Amino acid sequence: MPAVAVRPLAALRKWLGRWGLIVALLALPVYYGIRDLVHGYSSGFVNGHAVINHDLSQLGFNLVSGVSNGSIWALVAMGYTLVYGIIELINFAHGDVFMIGSFVAAGLYATFGLTAATGVFGLIGGLLVTLIISMLVCGSLNVLIERVAYRPLRGAPKLAPLITAVGMSFILQNVGLLWRGGSPTGVPDLINQNKTVFKISGVIIHRADVLAIAVMVPLVFALTWFIGRTRAGRAMRATAQDPEAARLMGINVNSTISLTFLLGGMLAGAAGIVYALYETNVWYFQGFEAGLIAFTAAVMGGIGNVRGAVLGGIIIGCIQQLSDSRLGPQWTPAVVFGYLILVMVLRPRGLLGEETREAG
Amino acid sequence: MSDAGHPPDEVRSEVYVQKGQAPQRPGVTRASSAPEPAAVGPGQFTAQMREWRAAIERRLPPWWSRAAGAVLIVIAILLPFFFTQTSGFLNATIISLAYVVMALGLNIVVGFAGLLDLGYVAFYALGAYSVGWFGSGFFFKENIHVGASHVQSTLPGIHLNFLLIVLCAVVIAALAGIIIGLPTLRLRSDYIAIVTLAFGEIVRVFAINGQSIHLGGGQTLTAGNLGIPAVDLPYFPVIGSFNLLKLRPWYWLILALMLIVLFVNLRLRDSRLGRAWVALREDEVAAVSMGIPAVRTKLLAYAIGATFGGISGAFLGAYFTTVNAGQFAFSFSIFVLAMIIVGGLGSIWGAVLGALLLSYTNYYLIPDVFNDIPTKIGLNFNLTQLSFGIFGFLLVLVMVLRPQGLFPERRRRLELTGDIAAEDAQLVESQSAV
Repeated sequence: MPAVAVRPLAALRKWLGRWGLIVALLALPVYYGIRDLVHGYSSGFVNGHAVINHDLSQLGFNLVSGVSNGSIWALVAMGYTLVYGIIELINFAHGDVFMIGSFVAAGLYATFGLTAATGVFGLIGGLLVTLIISMLVCGSLNVLIERVAYRPLRGAPKLAPLITAVGMSFILQNVGLLWRGGSPTGVPDLINQNKTVFKISGVIIHRADVLAIAVMVPLVFALTWFIGRTRAGRAMRATAQDPEAARLMGINVNSTISLTFLLGGMLAGAAGIVYALYETNVWYFQGFEAGLIAFTAAVMGGIGNVRGAVLGGIIIGCIQQLSDSRLGPQWTPAVVFGYLILVMVLRPRGLLGEETREAG
Repeated sequence: MSDAGHPPDEVRSEVYVQKGQAPQRPGVTRASSAPEPAAVGPGQFTAQMREWRAAIERRLPPWWSRAAGAVLIVIAILLPFFFTQTSGFLNATIISLAYVVMALGLNIVVGFAGLLDLGYVAFYALGAYSVGWFGSGFFFKENIHVGASHVQSTLPGIHLNFLLIVLCAVVIAALAGIIIGLPTLRLRSDYIAIVTLAFGEIVRVFAINGQSIHLGGGQTLTAGNLGIPAVDLPYFPVIGSFNLLKLRPWYWLILALMLIVLFVNLRLRDSRLGRAWVALREDEVAAVSMGIPAVRTKLLAYAIGATFGGISGAFLGAYFTTVNAGQFAFSFSIFVLAMIIVGGLGSIWGAVLGALLLSYTNYYLIPDVFNDIPTKIGLNFNLTQLSFGIFGFLLVLVMVLRPQGLFPERRRRLELTGDIAAEDAQLVESQSAV
């Protein structure tokens, strides 16, 4: 092939490799931003006439809800990515652990007698206790699942634990189905989630948004501190890199893996209670959907990478909100997964992906 | 172990003869050595099974496996005569055989080529929609009839003969397989999983929302969750038209399709292409440096695997007589994947066995057989509420007890045997040193 014909193609490929991803990710918000500015959007009706606005506040609102919604996915995705990083298993049961977290939270409201009428201090105290219990329950549940379904399969063919993960997922879904029935059930709207906290240049920020971000950010910092600075965290990183060498260095690999599952489960539990407060309804199938989205987020960010999972979760949250409000929720999964394929094509290891241990 | 009548084993037994010990208890000595692998118990069991198997095979004439296959096929052909035309068992068997075809297709992608595909439901959907599009009155503006029955010929829409529809399904699914395969070529195993999953979900979303995609003249792409109703029943010139009150012809049709697919699978496994797949799975770098064209080989795996999914999808679409977008959930892909992993990844007979086992469990045992048990023992309780959980529990149980699957691939079995032989040799050495 003549060199002249190759050069523009190579240049294009290089350009795509560097900027393609950023262009792809910005395409949706920029397009809808320009459309809002040029064509305007209707923000309601006054005297039977549609009010047409020409500003970016709807886009801003989409993005804020995207970030807060994405915070929940980020919490779940971190659990996926932790487990994947350490034993290279796609833990299909993780989404259902998150669902159990929501159910525990919803059950505890009733136990503690928390309603929308409870006073501020009682509410905050009750929610904190609920958060802690729900995290502990989900953490222990995840450890138990690992003990029963994954540990016996260490050293087995790589896909065998995938199937036990699916099996555990089915079992947990069945538990959820028996617990609260087959259709979404309402949870008391304790924090009055739709109340406006403040407004920045026309963008309304709801209580639910503040809550989701306020739970996610400290947990992410706590987790990165734990993994990066503590002895147990170092053991986790060592095991993720090379379990055999870690064992020879005196690390108890089994308890390190259990600890990883504990942390992942606790994050899922926290996500579960936030979800119950945010959506004000729970059902047994939510874990499956959330698991799919969170797994996508973890992969998009680069599976095995905690910061990548957070980034992926937030990006997916934004894509979902934009698609929900502009294209209609029925198309959202296709848009999200289309974006995922785009990311994978442009950057095969995900946004912040690094080399993980190759499957043995 | 039945040592009586055990013919002298040339290879394995001499190890034990040196030890001067009966061959059945390697675990006892092994237990005292320090780092013990977790799988001693099952390993011992499989070693025993292997020896029995070898002993039995040595006594049989060389043509026994072909004879056994022929006998099995004859039994399979005669099977429906033992059941009524509308029996639930026959219905479950028909669905199970369709799943066998699916499992054989997925086994090529995941088992042979080692490309974890979580979006297999896409091919089921495309196969089923081939029936919906080319074998019903769905495209009511068109008027195309090829090899259709007399009744069908008078109706509007596209009505092709069932075999032509299967051909369409094959072409569509193979193209879709290549399209799904293309972006995964640069990716590593689990990223492949998520990209294929994404494609499966995109196909599902398009199937559900197909009602709002207009093709002109009031025709839409799919009928969404309402389903494309009254799909043509298969019709063959001499045999006539199938109907749902007589299940035997359906059974023979899917049995024939299954046997063809099985035969193709067996031949593919031993072909140059099949060996190329396994080589790529085991070590991509080595395989490519030996001259295997990675891109073409992988795309062929996707395309051929997809083809079988399309065939099965076309059959199931016709059998269920409606093509409903709700059928194409992600859990379907997982169900088929579970079949081949439970059966033993990469093993053709494992895929057949796993598919039969799981689909019978799901479509016959849990709803029809087990469901009566609580009532019989006096509990007022409906088991269908628990079917999900029971299924999950069985998956966990089977995999924990037999991680390599029920019927592991010959190659993997050889690997395992090699390990065990090496361990035995070590054992002998340590003993002779003492």
